[in-house]
Amino acid sequence: MSAYAIDSDRIGEEALESPSAARSAGGPASKRVYVGYGFWIFILSDMVMFSAFFAAYAVLAEARAGGPGGRQLFDLTNVAWETGCLLVSSFACGMASLAAASRNALWFQVAMAVTFVLGAAFLGLELSEFAGLTAQGDGPQRSAFLSAFFTLVGCHGLHITAGLLWLLTMMAQVVAKGFRADILRRILCFTLFWHALDIIWVAIFTVVYLMEKTP
Amino acid sequence: MKLLGRLGWDALPLDQPIPMIASATVAAAILAVLAWVVIRGRFPYLWREWLTSVDHKRIGVMYTLLAMVMLLRGFSDALMMRSQQAIALHSQGYMPPEHYDQVFSAHGTIMIFFVAMPFLIGLMNFVLPLQLGVRDVAFPTLNSVSFWLTATGALLVNLSLGIGEFARTGWLPYPPLSELKYSPGVGVDYYLWSLQISGIGTLLTGINFTTTILKLRAPGMTYLRMPMFCWTSLASSLLIIAAFPILTATLAMLILDRYLGFHFFTNEAGGNVMMFVNLIWAWGHPEVYILILPAFGIFSEVVSTFSGKPLFGYRSMVIATMAICVLSFMVWLHHFFTMGAGADVNAVFGVMSMIIAVPTGVKVFNWLFTMYGGRIRFETPILWAIGFMVTFVIGGMTGVLLAAPPADFVLHNSLFLVAHFHNVIIGGVLFGAFAGYEYWFPKAFGFRLHRGLGKAAFWCWFVGFYLAFTPLYVLGLEGMTRRMQHYDVPAWRPWLLVAAVGAAVILAGIVCQIAELAVSIARRETLRDVTGDPWDGRTLEWSTASPPPAFNFAILPKVRGRDAYWAAKHGAQEQQAPSSEPAYEALETPRNSATGFVCAFFATLMGFALIWHIWWLALAGLAGAWATFVVFAWRDRVENLISAADVATIDRENRRARLEPLAARTS
Repeated sequence: MSAYAIDSDRIGEEALESPSAARSAGGPASKRVYVGYGFWIFILSDMVMFSAFFAAYAVLAEARAGGPGGRQLFDLTNVAWETGCLLVSSFACGMASLAAASRNALWFQVAMAVTFVLGAAFLGLELSEFAGLTAQGDGPQRSAFLSAFFTLVGCHGLHITAGLLWLLTMMAQVVAKGFRADILRRILCFTLFWHALDIIWVAIFTVVYLMEKTP
Repeated sequence: MKLLGRLGWDALPLDQPIPMIASATVAAAILAVLAWVVIRGRFPYLWREWLTSVDHKRIGVMYTLLAMVMLLRGFSDALMMRSQQAIALHSQGYMPPEHYDQVFSAHGTIMIFFVAMPFLIGLMNFVLPLQLGVRDVAFPTLNSVSFWLTATGALLVNLSLGIGEFARTGWLPYPPLSELKYSPGVGVDYYLWSLQISGIGTLLTGINFTTTILKLRAPGMTYLRMPMFCWTSLASSLLIIAAFPILTATLAMLILDRYLGFHFFTNEAGGNVMMFVNLIWAWGHPEVYILILPAFGIFSEVVSTFSGKPLFGYRSMVIATMAICVLSFMVWLHHFFTMGAGADVNAVFGVMSMIIAVPTGVKVFNWLFTMYGGRIRFETPILWAIGFMVTFVIGGMTGVLLAAPPADFVLHNSLFLVAHFHNVIIGGVLFGAFAGYEYWFPKAFGFRLHRGLGKAAFWCWFVGFYLAFTPLYVLGLEGMTRRMQHYDVPAWRPWLLVAAVGAAVILAGIVCQIAELAVSIARRETLRDVTGDPWDGRTLEWSTASPPPAFNFAILPKVRGRDAYWAAKHGAQEQQAPSSEPAYEALETPRNSATGFVCAFFATLMGFALIWHIWWLALAGLAGAWATFVVFAWRDRVENLISAADVATIDRENRRARLEPLAARTS
């Protein structure tokens, strides 16, 4: 017997002997597990990036350079519609992942299409808000506050745009390749991404719009 | 609208001899290498085996090579600065201020982002899967993308040498100097885009390594059985994930200021300059530990191996590593005590900075106690490790000195600071990278590096370092500030001359390193290591052949304790009966992919176009990068199958090489 027989270093072991770890006797995790895991970490890093933009917004929120603040500029009705679109699109996205789980291509495409339409509607509403502000002279060049506002909200919008492109690619992939294992993993990552953007939006909705509007 | 944006013939530095000659030399060298490759018909081999490789070992080697080439570039800048300051008493020296400013900016940027980072990431790439006992990193193609994006950043920085200019703002482009109003040229834009593009590569690497370490380990490889290098790489990768997005966001804000007239950091319209300094150091301080932690891991491996003992205080080492990982996010303000945040804030950050010296001290004692009572073999890697311990402790102590706000108010922005961070970055990170290079080179290529030249390189670097940087401490105390293009104090001159001599001695060290590599390649047959375990190693990378087969391990090793390979070796020796041949199975390796290379090609186009305001080309580059990923997503075969017979053939050779000496010893 070697000195290693008594082992107190079991942290993190999917133990060699333990029956609960039949998966791979403690070896490398399955591809589905670590692909999702890696994408989670990416989402976390993305949230760190957003937190830097949030911090910049918080620092610059009062730096209006004599220009208007959020109370004069924001239209909560518009924001409510945006929020509604995005949350319902997340529901549709959830339906798409259920359809993928049951390998139902038709329902998958329908749910993804609904997700796309709602996401695009959100983007349209956001762009019209941006265009309106810029047209009345309150664009991002007006003040540091507006720079931070356009950057924070616009960064979320860019993510939505990238997500929509990704969504279309996934629809095409399912048509072309079917529910292959790698395609299913990508659908998993896409749904994670889409839901994460909801979380970010809830933070934006609260910090940017609601806190500006409430006295 | 001009088709080529701001780009014109005036971008070439035809009137400035130094950059002209330098860029012509670089261009000639690149052309010569390319010509050699094409004429010798090596391009298909290079493309197939290296440029499109997704093998973590190949990518690791390419990272390291990139770092070493960029080290030559960054060191040339250092030589220019030292010689300029050696002669610029009461005179302008030979470099005008606008050129000198570019040189020190490029030196810092290159050394941190394109030498230290790729060197350590290269070593991590090569070693991590081998030490964890698995076949590759979690995302092999993504790994290749990361490398090529890093190479894109390096390429853009080097393009600035011949086309246009580089930033004159220092290695961190503090606004308002870096804003469009005060830096209207392309220099800052070169900086911003090369770092944004390579930063994406670094972030993806962090995600890749974290997933690999946390989710892909050989059976039985529990967290507390992982080699120390895996732990420090994990801490470093976690820091990358948490810190690099801050850099991306901060540089994005500066980009928006410069390109679209935003007001994040401008003097006008409510912009906040100090917000940049806070944000950039919220990334910048963790970055210091992203660099030093893997080096700590390398020293742990080297000290343990060459002392013939297990690492002393393994658990305290793990705790110290993770403590540094967390604490590194709580000290950023010590980079700008002079901002005027007030005595209380400064005191808190000063104390936090001193606290971080505690886990570091724990590590130093652990290394010392590992050596104590060991039978130390003074091979080249442990020379670097011992040199590190001496040098780093000195650098750490001057760091604690700077962590005291009152002292910092005197020493801020002086050469004392420059001496301090070179003391820890050269003495810590670079010595660590060189130790790792010497240590794992035989594993990567199957032959050792020349011992005499390696030791000569170490001594030149070691002595040269002290000659070059001890005078800077003195100069800092005498009041010389950093980044001076010329000066009027005769008392400084002798110290600057000594520092220049030190730089020349370091140059001798670099020459020795080049000679070491060349001589070793020429004499590779005599330096050949057939056992795969030239240093009597302890961890799993030494259990496979040198160089390892594409799949690393024919059978994933079963780990039953720390220092897994040491235990396996000595278990087999004690029982005098090597375990019987395993049952081989067919296995899959990831297929090569040009995705990384092609994507980086488009990223280069996009970055260059954005720097020069060639908008159509920027859009085309972006579209091309996206299309590359879609094409990649469309492929059907992602893996190559290696048959059980092939695996058996490759592995039998490895087992035979290992069992022969064992049999000789036991008979």
